[in-house]
Amino acid sequence: MSTAWTPAEQPDSFVFDAASEEEIAGVLSKYPQERKASAVMPLLYIAQRQMGRVTGSAWVPVVAMDVIAQRLDMAVMRVYEVASFYTMFNTRPIGRYHLQVCTTTPCWLRGSDDVVEACQKATGIQHFGGTSADGLFTMTEVECLGACANAPILQVDDDYYEDMNAERTQAVIAELRAGRRPEPGPTVNRSVSAPLGGRKTLLPSSTVEQE
Amino acid sequence: MLADKDRIFTNLYGQNDWRLEAARKRGDWSNTAEILARGRDTIIAQMKASGLRGRGGAGFPTGLKWSFMPKQSDGRPHYLVINGDESEPGTCKDREVMRHEPHKLIESALIASFAMGAHASYIYIRGEFCRESERLQAAIDEAYAAGLLGKNAAGSGWDFDFRIHRGAGAYICGEETALLESLEGKKGQPRMKPPFPAGVGLYGCPTTVNNVESIAVTSTILRRGAEWFAGLGRPNNAGSKLMAISGHVNTPCVFEEELGVPLRDIIEKHGGGVRGGWDNLLAVIPGGCSVPLLPKAVCETVLMDYDSLRAERSGLGTACMIVMDRSTDIIKAIARFSKFFKHESCGQCTPCREGTGWMMRMMDRMVQGRADIEEIDLLEQVTRQVEGHTICALGDAAAWPIQGLIRHFRPEMEARIRQYKAAYGSTGLVQVPAGGAPAAVE
Repeated sequence: MSTAWTPAEQPDSFVFDAASEEEIAGVLSKYPQERKASAVMPLLYIAQRQMGRVTGSAWVPVVAMDVIAQRLDMAVMRVYEVASFYTMFNTRPIGRYHLQVCTTTPCWLRGSDDVVEACQKATGIQHFGGTSADGLFTMTEVECLGACANAPILQVDDDYYEDMNAERTQAVIAELRAGRRPEPGPTVNRSVSAPLGGRKTLLPSSTVEQE
Repeated sequence: MLADKDRIFTNLYGQNDWRLEAARKRGDWSNTAEILARGRDTIIAQMKASGLRGRGGAGFPTGLKWSFMPKQSDGRPHYLVINGDESEPGTCKDREVMRHEPHKLIESALIASFAMGAHASYIYIRGEFCRESERLQAAIDEAYAAGLLGKNAAGSGWDFDFRIHRGAGAYICGEETALLESLEGKKGQPRMKPPFPAGVGLYGCPTTVNNVESIAVTSTILRRGAEWFAGLGRPNNAGSKLMAISGHVNTPCVFEEELGVPLRDIIEKHGGGVRGGWDNLLAVIPGGCSVPLLPKAVCETVLMDYDSLRAERSGLGTACMIVMDRSTDIIKAIARFSKFFKHESCGQCTPCREGTGWMMRMMDRMVQGRADIEEIDLLEQVTRQVEGHTICALGDAAAWPIQGLIRHFRPEMEARIRQYKAAYGSTGLVQVPAGGAPAAVE
């Protein structure tokens, strides 16, 4: 295995805790008994979340992949392959908050460059993939997040902050720094993906409005 | 333009509750058992008659696709796999279905699975849609508790299980066979076809993969009738479709609209017009980044449907358009897509693995203008060598935006090159003559 994709310092052991074991039981019941390799991605997620819970850095160490391979009767290399193929598995430690900025064209057209710059200013991170000196933030460039009508998007861990600009990016980061998570969703006055200024279809007068 | 009474997704903006009770008030789950009692053949015939074409981008007739599944099981289970790996840049429509209309999706999945003899269905949701997965899971739990899923689902006599599988950030898993590989716990690398999934799919069993929207409209089509749906839109381009508008418009949004409506009207009505007025428009990418762009002249008149856009050498794709005004550096906008495809190539086929990187580097130079005019033709040639020479369509998708750029904006590319030459004298690149020794570098 190349050391290029994982750091040299690795924990010596990894054991799923009780909360993770409960999740694993639920996951395994979703796939046919003889097809439990299907559970490799869910288990990698569970390991990553547990690391986040326990150490404050949501990543998957190699030893966790080994444990997963054993659990699912897979060759360890098959698990390494999956962990390195999919970008959402962090194979190296990250900051407590994962700032994921979409810079693909629809976000870029609406000002994702400003969001990137604001992240850099607010955290001191110089480049994508970097972690702030205080270990709180890691900034990653991500490809299209699939919420283009609310571009630009800043994804923090699992939450989308939508319709961002520089000022609101800095505000979100300031909140995170203070230990609070702002309400996800649009940061301007609009309802989900409806047009700014109110929806133009599905108007109360013409549809079955429920109360 | 579509009237509110003809909309399928009546809770598109989550303006009402997504839960079961509210969904029932909107008509979901009202006579599911009665629909299933029509029988497999009737349901498929009605879907064919509705003219529904796949909503994920390729536009293959949905009813026809369903009919490819074996009529009798040979002992292997059948599967319906729903593609919720929405990752095509510009596209953000299925997300609204999953978070605001989950019951429409679950009910339709039951009907579709029954029509294909499947007792189990998986939905593959892109990993980033974490909250959407949680919402859908909550709706699934409600449906199980209410007896709408599981044994004798919705009192139909059909046993049906519906489960979520989350992806983890790979665009390629939106390709149906890569999706199946991923669902089996492997890297998402597309399979050779044939065999097609209808013969050998998930776990080697007959499988149909459909887009979230294609499935979600099923219950409403069968409830309101194939004629109603076929009556919307134009011949061979039937029905309504979820669309989105992003980029340089006044009000980007997601909406449902009838197919065959002029693109310009859609931008004016739903997008609130182009930023700075219609004359400020530069180009529109009509259906996700892999379809070629349309210059303003075409946007004036083109209709938003499969055949009209095909005739303009573009495509409807996912019908989620990206609008760019005259302030846009169009070369840079397309170059960013080249970077996207380079990032997302799975690395399996050489033309795509190497070609996407090659195209990206070339496009980066085109953005600067640091190239020779003849290299535009070379770039075009490379796109032709990638297109059609790979297992899946990612190679094609990477080639088309560049071809569209060259077709419609070649003068801009040439001007950029001349500008660079004027400023810096030359490209500063060392040319290696074909077959000869490298030219001496000082």
